[in-house]
Amino acid sequence: MLDLTWLLIAVPLASSFVLILAGKRADAWGHWMGVAASATAFVVGFGAFLQMLGLDAESREHAVHLFTWISGGELTVDAGLLVDPLSISFVLLVTFVGTLIHLYSVAYMEHDPRRRIFFAYLNLFIAAMLLLVLADSYLLLFVGWEGVGLASYLLIGFWNHKPEYATAANKAFIVNRIGDIGLIVAMGLLFANFGTLGFAEIFESVDSVSTGQLTAIGLALLVAATGKSAQFPLQSWLGDAMAGPTPVSALIHAATMVTAGVYLIVRSGDIFALTETARVVVAAVGALTLIMGAIIGMAKDDIKKALAASTMSQIGYMMLAAGLGPIGYAFAIFHLITHGFFKAGMFLGAGSVMHAMNDSVDMRRYGALRTAMVVTWVTFGLGWLAILGVPPFSGFWSKDKIIEAAFVGEGWQPWVFGLTALIGAGLTAYYMSRLFFMTFHGKARWTDDAHPHESPWLMTVPMIVLSVGSALLGWFLASGDRFTTWLEPVTGHAEHHEPVLSVPVIMTLTLVLVAFGVVVAWLQFGRSEVAKEAPAPSLGVLVASNDFYQDSFNRAALQRPGTHLTRTLVYADAAVVDGAVNGTGTALLRLGEFLRKFQSGQVRSYAALILIAVAGLIAGVVLGVL
Amino acid sequence: MSPIAFVYLATVLFGIGAAAVLTRRNAIIAFMGVELMLNAANLAFVAFSRIHGEIDGQVIAFFVMVVAAAEVVVGLAIIIALFRARQTISLDEPAELKG
Repeated sequence: MLDLTWLLIAVPLASSFVLILAGKRADAWGHWMGVAASATAFVVGFGAFLQMLGLDAESREHAVHLFTWISGGELTVDAGLLVDPLSISFVLLVTFVGTLIHLYSVAYMEHDPRRRIFFAYLNLFIAAMLLLVLADSYLLLFVGWEGVGLASYLLIGFWNHKPEYATAANKAFIVNRIGDIGLIVAMGLLFANFGTLGFAEIFESVDSVSTGQLTAIGLALLVAATGKSAQFPLQSWLGDAMAGPTPVSALIHAATMVTAGVYLIVRSGDIFALTETARVVVAAVGALTLIMGAIIGMAKDDIKKALAASTMSQIGYMMLAAGLGPIGYAFAIFHLITHGFFKAGMFLGAGSVMHAMNDSVDMRRYGALRTAMVVTWVTFGLGWLAILGVPPFSGFWSKDKIIEAAFVGEGWQPWVFGLTALIGAGLTAYYMSRLFFMTFHGKARWTDDAHPHESPWLMTVPMIVLSVGSALLGWFLASGDRFTTWLEPVTGHAEHHEPVLSVPVIMTLTLVLVAFGVVVAWLQFGRSEVAKEAPAPSLGVLVASNDFYQDSFNRAALQRPGTHLTRTLVYADAAVVDGAVNGTGTALLRLGEFLRKFQSGQVRSYAALILIAVAGLIAGVVLGVL
Repeated sequence: MSPIAFVYLATVLFGIGAAAVLTRRNAIIAFMGVELMLNAANLAFVAFSRIHGEIDGQVIAFFVMVVAAAEVVVGLAIIIALFRARQTISLDEPAELKG
């Protein structure tokens, strides 16, 4: 099965092409083929996983050589897959959650005339994501990296007949391209230093390169990760990306693509292990985004945008963990897996709510949905408890580990990162509870034409499965350190360090903060009346709900100067370069026009000209000029 | 009488001839101006020949007379042809030399 891992990529890719090429003929069965392709990938991935479980921990790294991609002179680039515990974890997450989301989409997109194309894009996304995580070199990873970017663009802009959706798709694409420059630069530096882009070769000889070079590579990789994972300062696209259909938000913008940045950092762990500076910057970016995302989440009334802010914030946790080095790698991936389940579940829940509320996303118009949509309420509630980090739900096992790990270290770092992670947990509890209570509790604030009803089983079944994962997966993977041990061949064995505060203290503090956040949210949005229209925002709310004016800042600081620069260059091109060329032509034309007057055909004027010319010549000779 | 006076006379004659060519519209008058200029040139040749004590200038003066006679024949023929075609001998009327 391990040698058949190429099927993981080939099947969804082939299905995607068939769906695009088959045209309307595939309308009747295309979506089921999409589901089947994703499910097949899951079966193959699961088979590979089982086979890997049967091997010793040391021999769980399996390289699959596919073909020689580029061969010229000294340079040979092979396309190959690397199947190891890390990549197979991603494969299982992507294909399992992906298949559930495919299933959900069958019902969610039922009335969309372009459902077939939607499934083609979803399949394309699955194929690209699997290529990204299975690649055995940065170059092949880059192909998948761009592939998910393309699929994300196509899916965000799926309803591109609305200009703002098309704009959101463009924004996501462009911001991601900025991040990609980081990856390209990193690849350039890697190639210059190592002469190869293969993971195995690079990580073997990583000691031979100076720390300065490794720091540069690490920072360039971080730029790439901030773009894909919506981290500061490239986080601005994720909120707008919610314009896409909700299954897309669940699949791409919660469970898979945005986690690619974390994957990149963890995969490059051997490089980061040798550069303290780059690691601290990664952790700082994670910590900053974690708080920013949480604060933005507190101010959003749009359910999907609140969830998007939450995603940003949770990935901040993962980045923070990844920046802590080997002690955090496994926890970053652990949180990534549990987050993939509960956040995808909540996005699907949000989709179910929107489905019931005429596609309204304004939480101020929800309320009291728990009786009308029991399944959605329960499944969403499990996701909510999981993200809060309430024991024994999934998020508790993964997030608490990150908070503990953040408190490990020397000097200022454990205090800053640890307290940030701790406060982040409280903020998370507040904004997620706000979202939960506003949607499902309190009084009904629907518009008259809303008739909330439970979604069809095709939508509820995936939600139920994901909520079971939200509830139990963390406990299952954490018991006996099952998951961290499983990842150890890749992430390396981390010595146990004592955090600066003792573990029970950290855990108690976290739970107290979480409880506090929930209680405040309950008092404000559960028990009291929620205004149907957003009240006049205070300054803080205004800033947060506008994403800290990042867009305005980017526009003012980057976009506008850029525009001015290009305008100036265009003007200079027109005035100076074109001016010089056209000016020469015009000048010659004018000279011709002037000389034309002398060719009048008048005999006497010719005679006069000749006379004047001869007189001039003679004068010249006489005066000795000539 | 110094031979240089003849050079001055030639200059004056040349000026009168040139003025006639440039200012008069009548082709015959202009033609006479041309003859006057040629004669001025001849006079200058002969004068210079005398000043330098050599015969070349006088020889050239004969050549000029021959060329002038030929030119008169051609020129008058053109003027007659012009008159036949346009019923005028004004020099400003035709502009066929214009490009």
